Amino acid sequence: MSTRTTKSLEGKVVVVGSQGVGKTSVVIRYVGGMFSKAVSPTIGASFFTYKFNLGNYRVKLQVWDTAGQERFRSMAPMYYRKANAAMLVYDITSSDSFYDIKDWVKELKNNVDTPLVLCLVGNKCDLEESRAVSKDEAEEYASSINSLFYETSALKNMGVDEAFLQVAKQMVHLYETNPNSGLNTMDLYMKSESTHSDDNNTDIKLDAKTSPNNSTSGSGCGC
Amino acid sequence: MAEAKEADRLPDHVDHYESSDQGDFNENEAPGDSHEKILIASDSYEDLNYDDIAVSSFGKPYSGSIIDIVRHNSCSDEKEADASSLNLINESSAESSNEDQNEGQVKDLSADKVPEDVGEGMKLEIRENEDFGPEWRQKKKHLFIFSSAGKPIYSRHGSEDKLVTIMGVMQALVSFVQVSGDNMRCIIAGDHKFIFLNRDQIVLVGVSSAGDSSTQIVLQLSYVYNQIISVLTYTSLHKIFKQRRNYDLRRLLSGAEKFIDNLVNMMDTEPGFLLGAIRCLPLDAPVREMIEQTIVLNAKVKDLVFAVMLANNQLISLVRMKKYFLSAMDLHLIINLVNASESFKTAESWTPICLPKFDSSGFLQAHISYLDENSQTCLLLLSVDREAFFTLSECKNKIQERLLKYNSLRAISDSLATTSYSIQQCGITDLRHFLYKSKSIAQYTSPELEAPYLTPADQERLFGLYHYLHHRIHSPARPLKILYYVGEQETLLGWMTQGFELYTVFGPLVTKTNAIHAINKLLRWIKKEEDQLFILNSVTF
Repeated sequence: MSTRTTKSLEGKVVVVGSQGVGKTSVVIRYVGGMFSKAVSPTIGASFFTYKFNLGNYRVKLQVWDTAGQERFRSMAPMYYRKANAAMLVYDITSSDSFYDIKDWVKELKNNVDTPLVLCLVGNKCDLEESRAVSKDEAEEYASSINSLFYETSALKNMGVDEAFLQVAKQMVHLYETNPNSGLNTMDLYMKSESTHSDDNNTDIKLDAKTSPNNSTSGSGCGC
Repeated sequence: MAEAKEADRLPDHVDHYESSDQGDFNENEAPGDSHEKILIASDSYEDLNYDDIAVSSFGKPYSGSIIDIVRHNSCSDEKEADASSLNLINESSAESSNEDQNEGQVKDLSADKVPEDVGEGMKLEIRENEDFGPEWRQKKKHLFIFSSAGKPIYSRHGSEDKLVTIMGVMQALVSFVQVSGDNMRCIIAGDHKFIFLNRDQIVLVGVSSAGDSSTQIVLQLSYVYNQIISVLTYTSLHKIFKQRRNYDLRRLLSGAEKFIDNLVNMMDTEPGFLLGAIRCLPLDAPVREMIEQTIVLNAKVKDLVFAVMLANNQLISLVRMKKYFLSAMDLHLIINLVNASESFKTAESWTPICLPKFDSSGFLQAHISYLDENSQTCLLLLSVDREAFFTLSECKNKIQERLLKYNSLRAISDSLATTSYSIQQCGITDLRHFLYKSKSIAQYTSPELEAPYLTPADQERLFGLYHYLHHRIHSPARPLKILYYVGEQETLLGWMTQGFELYTVFGPLVTKTNAIHAINKLLRWIKKEEDQLFILNSVTF
């Protein structure tokens, strides 16, 4: 699939946020294309990979879906170290989960020295009736931290693909414009990647992925 | 690291018993005996007393001897003459009553005023609160955990928030006794035992009317304590409470309650915890060898300490770093972690885990993944390197590939499909069920539960019988080598030697001679099957 002219880009995405906001559901919706009601709390962190084509790039996302539980908080650096992007997930029905994002942003800014694509994700947007965080407020906050912003519903499959796609686009942009993006280390991965192309299940979904056009619901207000 | 005791034993090739199925089994030829250390039987039940668990690796020593009160509903005609040691609080205090000498009298809170008041107080609380109605009270086993400042941490039944007053009362009791330099250990109230385990910063209270002995409950509590350590490490638990004595530990344990829930539920049904032994998945020796070799070949990476393969709470293989050993208790916690977590089934996971017996001060990093599509066979790679995820992920892929190629995963799922073996296979009439533990390898085997133990109630009763037999044989005051006990519905025969522990359940009409013949025959059968039932070789990287 990948011709020699196509560049390969490998990006590490860390998904953070409070307990029970739906981080795993969002990731599984994106990677596995499904929603399970019986997602059990993540222990430590789960690792997913997702590959797709984006313009001239063959993008491989390494997604670290972290546990939201307090006790794993001290482990977080292990997962966000060398990350290229962070999905900051909160639950639109819980203002606490939204305020927790601010701590995360602070922590990430202090500890990650490479440029980091941020994407604020307000999950559970199907629960409009119990909304506790207004879209305006979140949008305003997102632009103040120079972050993308999407409201998503893993349940109804709204916004998830767009959010990840925008993150990937930003990473490509970052790679092209910023030589110190941290993403240029991918040259190493490029070689090694050609030797083992595992993840065949993710390849299957590629077609659905390569034509991302449908929605502009989220306002990509990043840089 | 505690060294497992090297029991004296005979070489495995002594085969002279083959000739006949009559005659005595040489008790030195323990089936499943091995010179090699596979698992550390660190918590052999005999060693379990307050001194041991309190001192072993952490905390300051407690004084005093083991407690032992016995009350058994099912087998109550037995006089518990061996229950001679104290049952309540102060060894020295006159307050501890003499009820233990005759359990028939133990129908009420017999200790003096302190516990009595408390008992009343508790009842009052319970009545006041609708959430803790008859249903709550009738639960056979309760578990409460609170901090030494009295903050609730966990309750098995009911919300610990609403139980805050009860825990307050318990905390008051504990500290009242502590003031006089003693430790609260046990209260007997009718059929109920309240067992207290006071560790550095947290107090665990087990309440049971199920008939387990005090020591058995202490063992259960120490499993739970170790589960908490496994989530937090002793070091951070200690640090937290040093900084803030009234810290609400639930913050840090949130999400880990299910491990405790799962652990206590497992302890109610799984004899391995009681025996301090692991059950292995029965596999033909060459298959197991092949799996072990696969792991050794493909996971020989720096800093990988243990590779554990599990299926359905049974051990398939364990490969360890040369210098290090895994204790049975730690392995139980690993099994509990896997058993309680659905999330490992969705993707490869990378999670910290502390193994208290191995090192209570820090975390190992565990790469956890399932090798088959049905999520049955779970592989855990435990490393000290926090950055090793991708290396281990690669190891896992190679292992998986090779196991698929050689059909090992198929063999595992075939073995799982037949849950265990039928008692029929042993070919002994009137033998209904048994537990056999080989001490040197800390592993046990038992057949499937068949009629008449098909309903949960009957299984619970059977388990109760094993608890009774186990307790009598391990009674600290009067340990027994052999116990033959005729009950109403079954006859029990327990035998303990240096190499093994055997607990058998016969029909009620078996004679003593027949039962003894039968266990000789059974031991020969186990010996014959030992390669399949146990892991006898210790494999290292």
